[in-house]
Amino acid sequence: MGDEVERKDAPEPEDERPLPEEQPVGEPPRQRSGILGALRGLVLPLLALFTALVVGAFIIILTDFELMGLWASDPVAALAASWSSVTATYGALLRGSIGDPGALIGAIVTLDGDAFRRAFIPLSETIISATPLVFTGLSVALAFRVGLFNIGAEGQLYLGGLLAVIVGFSLTGLPFFIHLPLALAAGFAGGALWGFIPGLLKARTGAHEVIVTIMLNFVAYNLINWALKTPLVQREGRSDPISKIIEPSAALVPIFEGLRAHWGIVIALLAAVAVWWLLFRSTKGFEFRAVGFNPRAARYAGMSIAWSTVMSMVIAGGLAGLAGTAVILSGSGTLSPGFSPGFGFDGIVVALVGNTRPLGVVAAAFLFGALRAGATPMQSATGTPLDLVVVIQALVILFVAAPALVRAIYRIRAERVTGSEVFAKGWGS
Amino acid sequence: MKLELRGITKRFPGVVANRDVDLVVQPGEIHGLLGENGAGKTTLMNILYGLYQPDEGEILIDDAPVSFDGPGDAIDAGIGMVHQHFMLVPVFTVTENVMLGVEETSGPLGALDRDAARRRIVEISERHGLRIDPDAVVEDLPVGVRQRVEIVKTLYRQSNVLVLDEPSAVLTPQETEELFGIMRSLVEGGTSIVFITHKLNEVLEIADRITVLHHGQVAGTTTPDATTREDLAAMMVGRQVDLVVDKDPATPGDPVLEVRDLVVRDERGHTSVNGLSLTVRAGEILAIAGVQGNGQSELVEAIAGLRDIERGEILIDGHAYGTDPRAIYAAGVAHVPEDRMEEGLVGDFTVADNLILTSYWHPPYSKGMQLDGDAIVASANDLVEQFDVRTPSIFNPVSNLSGGNQQKVIAAREFSRPLRLIIAAQPTRGLDVGSIEYIHGRIVEKRDEGTAVLIVATEIEEVLALGDRIAVMFQGRIVDTLDPSEATSERLGLLMGGAHPEDVDVEEAELAPARTVTDG
Repeated sequence: MGDEVERKDAPEPEDERPLPEEQPVGEPPRQRSGILGALRGLVLPLLALFTALVVGAFIIILTDFELMGLWASDPVAALAASWSSVTATYGALLRGSIGDPGALIGAIVTLDGDAFRRAFIPLSETIISATPLVFTGLSVALAFRVGLFNIGAEGQLYLGGLLAVIVGFSLTGLPFFIHLPLALAAGFAGGALWGFIPGLLKARTGAHEVIVTIMLNFVAYNLINWALKTPLVQREGRSDPISKIIEPSAALVPIFEGLRAHWGIVIALLAAVAVWWLLFRSTKGFEFRAVGFNPRAARYAGMSIAWSTVMSMVIAGGLAGLAGTAVILSGSGTLSPGFSPGFGFDGIVVALVGNTRPLGVVAAAFLFGALRAGATPMQSATGTPLDLVVVIQALVILFVAAPALVRAIYRIRAERVTGSEVFAKGWGS
Repeated sequence: MKLELRGITKRFPGVVANRDVDLVVQPGEIHGLLGENGAGKTTLMNILYGLYQPDEGEILIDDAPVSFDGPGDAIDAGIGMVHQHFMLVPVFTVTENVMLGVEETSGPLGALDRDAARRRIVEISERHGLRIDPDAVVEDLPVGVRQRVEIVKTLYRQSNVLVLDEPSAVLTPQETEELFGIMRSLVEGGTSIVFITHKLNEVLEIADRITVLHHGQVAGTTTPDATTREDLAAMMVGRQVDLVVDKDPATPGDPVLEVRDLVVRDERGHTSVNGLSLTVRAGEILAIAGVQGNGQSELVEAIAGLRDIERGEILIDGHAYGTDPRAIYAAGVAHVPEDRMEEGLVGDFTVADNLILTSYWHPPYSKGMQLDGDAIVASANDLVEQFDVRTPSIFNPVSNLSGGNQQKVIAAREFSRPLRLIIAAQPTRGLDVGSIEYIHGRIVEKRDEGTAVLIVATEIEEVLALGDRIAVMFQGRIVDTLDPSEATSERLGLLMGGAHPEDVDVEEAELAPARTVTDG
């Protein structure tokens, strides 16, 4: 709402906009700076993580009963003990998720196979945990860019897993470069089908995608339970719901012999690049984002809101389906109920922390993957309960969801509200 | 009560919204506060109302300094504000709305005393000639009456100084006249009024004194007798302004847009365009005047291919395109939508992205599925230069721009290609003099190039300034089509309000117009 004056008569540029508006002068183009923009977007999440770790430190100290007695008798010793307790816990968490720096360096220097394997086990475990989260995070983020809140990644993931495992065990005698892509495509298609339904219902009838996707999660879960009891899917000679085992030609094999991390992560990263291209470089992504930001303007510009709604949900569903596929086609190669410990729901969190940017989603997925991978080693090393990691995750979400709080703590001036604070706007509105 | 603002300065990060502003409102005076959008009027009034604290300067009431920490303090000091957007609860009655916040209670349980409030409201409305039904539900009331409720609300709180923020923006000419009557009667009763506006005619008609703000500073204080429209406009904008659109007589060519017997329904299924016919020829501007909500929006959407038509036909150069906005676009139709931010622009998108909003799907902006960033940037830089869009960079979100610059972005996008027809709905709504002049100029320029132009406007001034022919729309029909020479404000106002053309003729028999009625 600045002034309207002809250029030749604007002697004092400072005076041109007397209303309180922040001018991000020369802000780089959002659609042309994936990396820069993502880095800027990561400032707040990183501060949120830091704050969560600080609060977590206090929780470590306050829940240590031995320390409590010490505070009364010898506060100085208690302070020292608190410090060492916190560093030991976070140290163990770090060693469990990234590895021992010394061992990592040693392994690279010596190139000794065994040492290499041992040193990289923590990172490998982090990658294992992060892989499905990248997919579900991308799924939620993509839908959100189109103004849709996809709570159904969990159900889409199950459907993807089911179709992938069926293709995985039922086709035999194929070379892996045909069989694996087929299984992946089936996984994508399964999730896409589960995304298509809420997308179509939204576009045709206006049924709210949040309700429909939540409900479809239950349908998916029970559908899996039923399918696993049918002779087509159930493993011979078993009475519990468990599928046949996929052919080796459909398996996502480890990248390095002896480490569990498999090629799924590569596919996940390629998917992130693809989603980034789709959203920020393609004409369809332009439509998606326009529909997400302002459906009326999109309609005015001749875009089809219904098409964008359906297509984005199909792709989002497919991505979530790939999450299930990556889990099923690696490791045991079999499907059983409850194979996902909530990857679909964690995807919402990953998308939120990752600022609904593909690169941010990858970073957030690795963060949560690392916390998850490091939790067990931390517990066995220091006796700190696993639950601390859950608390830290929850705190990260809390601080990310309350950007104003983090800004107040670190006295950061508010950026203009753009698409970045998406979740603060509320449900797919 | 005498109100004085002395040396008010208010800074926001990076900008000075008000600089050393002095304003004296004498008891019983209507003080016009004139300025372009963004000149600092609203900031100044928010300081007066206690919403902002000034960085420097002071507020004096009857020569005694006061300080307001919030609107509560300002109200207690006798200052009442009627905002441009009404602050009423639609489902409450007039009485309930007026007493909201200062409820009178009776009995030990504090039951609401509606009767006492009602009596005071009746008393106030009789004293000031504010006709109002205290038991009416606000959502049933027309806009003009709602405004009266707002005024009664301030009087109920015993305000001595009334601040009216752009009060005529939502009113018909007749309602505005009524408002002015109320203002005069209030001033006779000793109330002072600060009347904020950017409309020159109104301030000249009603104000006792006029203060003009420009760039947050007082550009001058004057009286209506001592100044002219031209002088005021120059003070507001900081340079001489052409108030009359400078255009030659139209040279109409072949019909470009033909609408025949059109019937369109709105979202709720009501028939909002009801058997309307019109023709716009190449090289002429047809201006449709009408009070908002008489089917103009639906008409425009139907022509732009955004709304199904129930009956009748819309032909552009002889072709019917139905609901295919892309085909209509490709046929050389530009559409300036009614609501810039709601419809014409994606606020979170950059200026560059908004400039390709209706053309991203074809070369040179995209090849296949891929957008061509270089072509987009090159064209955006070009258009920003050509249409004088003031933005720090083409990569700024368009929502950061002023209203005038946002409209220039739309104009740049829509007018920068070969056109056959322009449909513009309220193209200058909410814009200030400088921007209006610019947009009008661009439209006339397009007309002179042979483009057919259909303008929908609620401001009579705009209709008179632009139209080569003027059609009045009422309840989904064109009730009359006039030549600008025979269209006066009064006459248009009456027609817009639903008066029958013949009745208007009787009232203005001396005009004896020879008009063409296109409506069948």
